Amino acid sequence: MKNTIKQVFHSGKFLVGFIIFVLILAICFIYPVFVTYDPLEMIGAGNFYKPGTYVSQEEAALNEGYTLNMDASESRLATALGVEELEKMQEYLIKYAGIAEKDIDVTDTEAIVELWQQNYNPDMKAKGLTSAKRKAYRRLDASIENAMKSSGVIIAEEDAESGELKEAKTIKGTGYVNTKDIVNKRTFILGTDNFGRDVLTELVAATKVSLRIGLIAGLIATAVGLILGLVAGYVGGVVDNIIMFLTNLFTVIPSFIILILISYSVGTNARGVMMVAFIIGLTSWPWTTRSVRSQVISLRNRDHVNLSKLSGHSMFRIIFTDILPYIASYVVMAMILQISSGILSEAQLSMIGLGPATTKVATLGLMMNWAMQYAAHLNGSWWAYFPVVIVIALISFSLNLMNTGLDQVFNPQLRD
Amino acid sequence: MADQQKSKQNLTDRKPCLSGRGVTKVFGVGNKAMTAVDHVDFDFNEGDFVSIVGESGSGKTTLSKMLLGLISVTEGEIEFQGKPRDISSGAKRKEYWKNIQPIFQDPFASYNMFYKIDAVLDDCLNMRGFKSAPEEEKVRLKTEACSFVNLKYAELTNKYPFELSGGQMQRLMIARIFLLKPKILMADEPTSMIDACSRATILDMLLKLRDEVNMTVIFITHDIGLAYYISDKVYIMEHGKFVESGPAETVIINPQADYTKRLINDVPKIYEKWDLDTVARN
Repeated sequence: MKNTIKQVFHSGKFLVGFIIFVLILAICFIYPVFVTYDPLEMIGAGNFYKPGTYVSQEEAALNEGYTLNMDASESRLATALGVEELEKMQEYLIKYAGIAEKDIDVTDTEAIVELWQQNYNPDMKAKGLTSAKRKAYRRLDASIENAMKSSGVIIAEEDAESGELKEAKTIKGTGYVNTKDIVNKRTFILGTDNFGRDVLTELVAATKVSLRIGLIAGLIATAVGLILGLVAGYVGGVVDNIIMFLTNLFTVIPSFIILILISYSVGTNARGVMMVAFIIGLTSWPWTTRSVRSQVISLRNRDHVNLSKLSGHSMFRIIFTDILPYIASYVVMAMILQISSGILSEAQLSMIGLGPATTKVATLGLMMNWAMQYAAHLNGSWWAYFPVVIVIALISFSLNLMNTGLDQVFNPQLRD
Repeated sequence: MADQQKSKQNLTDRKPCLSGRGVTKVFGVGNKAMTAVDHVDFDFNEGDFVSIVGESGSGKTTLSKMLLGLISVTEGEIEFQGKPRDISSGAKRKEYWKNIQPIFQDPFASYNMFYKIDAVLDDCLNMRGFKSAPEEEKVRLKTEACSFVNLKYAELTNKYPFELSGGQMQRLMIARIFLLKPKILMADEPTSMIDACSRATILDMLLKLRDEVNMTVIFITHDIGLAYYISDKVYIMEHGKFVESGPAETVIINPQADYTKRLINDVPKIYEKWDLDTVARN
């Protein structure tokens, strides 16, 4: 036993898969210790806030602040004027202001803005300058004007009695605030979702729930498959025929269809997380049964089984001591695959809206479902679905890698 | 040698132990039906050392499994101690298995590799009713059984089967039989996976078992020379049928069936040129 475990951990593939899986599991348990927010708290008031740190506007405005000799307009200009805008300005200056092309340097934003301010005439009329174009230039001018503005903002407070506005503070272009001075702030590393919930916290909670669904579904599928496979393979005869008839029935009808039908017929009210795990487990056992049965059939005529029979051992004892240990490694491998496919099944079911019907917990599939329903993929809110996809892929990748590693350890033909 | 002569003389006086009439085993049905054992009759008496000789695929192992009660008999009847054998229920089967035990061909496959060899010996003690015997008594019995086959129990205890050599494993199987002392021993080519030196030891032990507890030994082999040296009675099996049977000397010195002659000719002799002309070419 000790040696087997040692051997298993010598397999590079198993080790990589194991480390990824353990890391995911560790994050699921350690993250909530440090981040104690409710994962489903609707903190944002709108859809899909992008990732970043959000600081209180009021606090930032009323903060004493610091003066930095850094011209804010310059970087604002840089973000306001893209390559397209700069090309538009160049076109105007050449065509309508008569400036030679060699005097214009498109890469130097400051110089071109200076030229623009000297030469732009909003009322100019020229051939080829349609009104649509003129309006576009006016908009461009306005945005430049806006970016250049550094006159300062006046903060006013309303007098409680008279209702008059009194100047409280002036904010200059060189005024800065240290984010450490602001008490009310929150960082959304992965932004918020359609309900305004912190995606990262939600993702960690969802991963935990999905792993639980996978584990329960995998355990049920393996247990049912193992018991039926052992009985069918060892007892044989009529019992084998009946069990194989059932198994073939489930194999012929795609289990995903059965899954959808059961999930639908159970009804929305009953479809909790546990129920979904049970449904997945009870529809995915057939292939475990088939493979366990064939392994048992090849074992049941071995001499050591015959000897055990002749020693007067009961059927259960023979199954548990003379057959089960020989297929144990195979069963463990099958269970790992069942867990992985359980997680994927949940994601698939939830994607089409037949997953756990609950707003109390999140699962990876439900997060995908929400992101899809609120068109996150269309409005560019990648943070609402892409991290979920990555986590699902990582879990099933690590489990499959562990399975391949185990296969190489237990199946000498695959050893290199 | 004198003893052996004597025992051979009163072969016919012995009580019948295991006999069969028209025993048949057919595998599969319809077009795929394959008759492995085809209406064989036999009478094994108490204390007989019987050899069943035949080439690979002649149905020897199938017959032995039927006799052991591991597979069902398609047709025919097997009698045990003069009465029809009844193994219809689990309890009856258990009772029958107290009287018949096997040694298999492959010692490496005969052990459950997940359990220490003590488990095999303890099973025998439980079967003989020593389940609640004191530990010292159990150890004494196990030590005695091991020393019967020239093994030291103290060295073997707490070892796993794969830590033993093939010869040791097969000897331990004989120790198991020594503990169980069944009326019939079914030895299915027990020496074919063992080197020549260990083979002699193992055969000697089987003979000793027969002499000590008057055990009926059914020895299945493909080696007719070996059968001649050790057995009282020989049954020659070809394609599921017994083509010849009788006392070992009669059958081998005066073979009647062509198949027996061929088998005898196929045995390589040290001082003669090996006549390969009789080798079946089909």
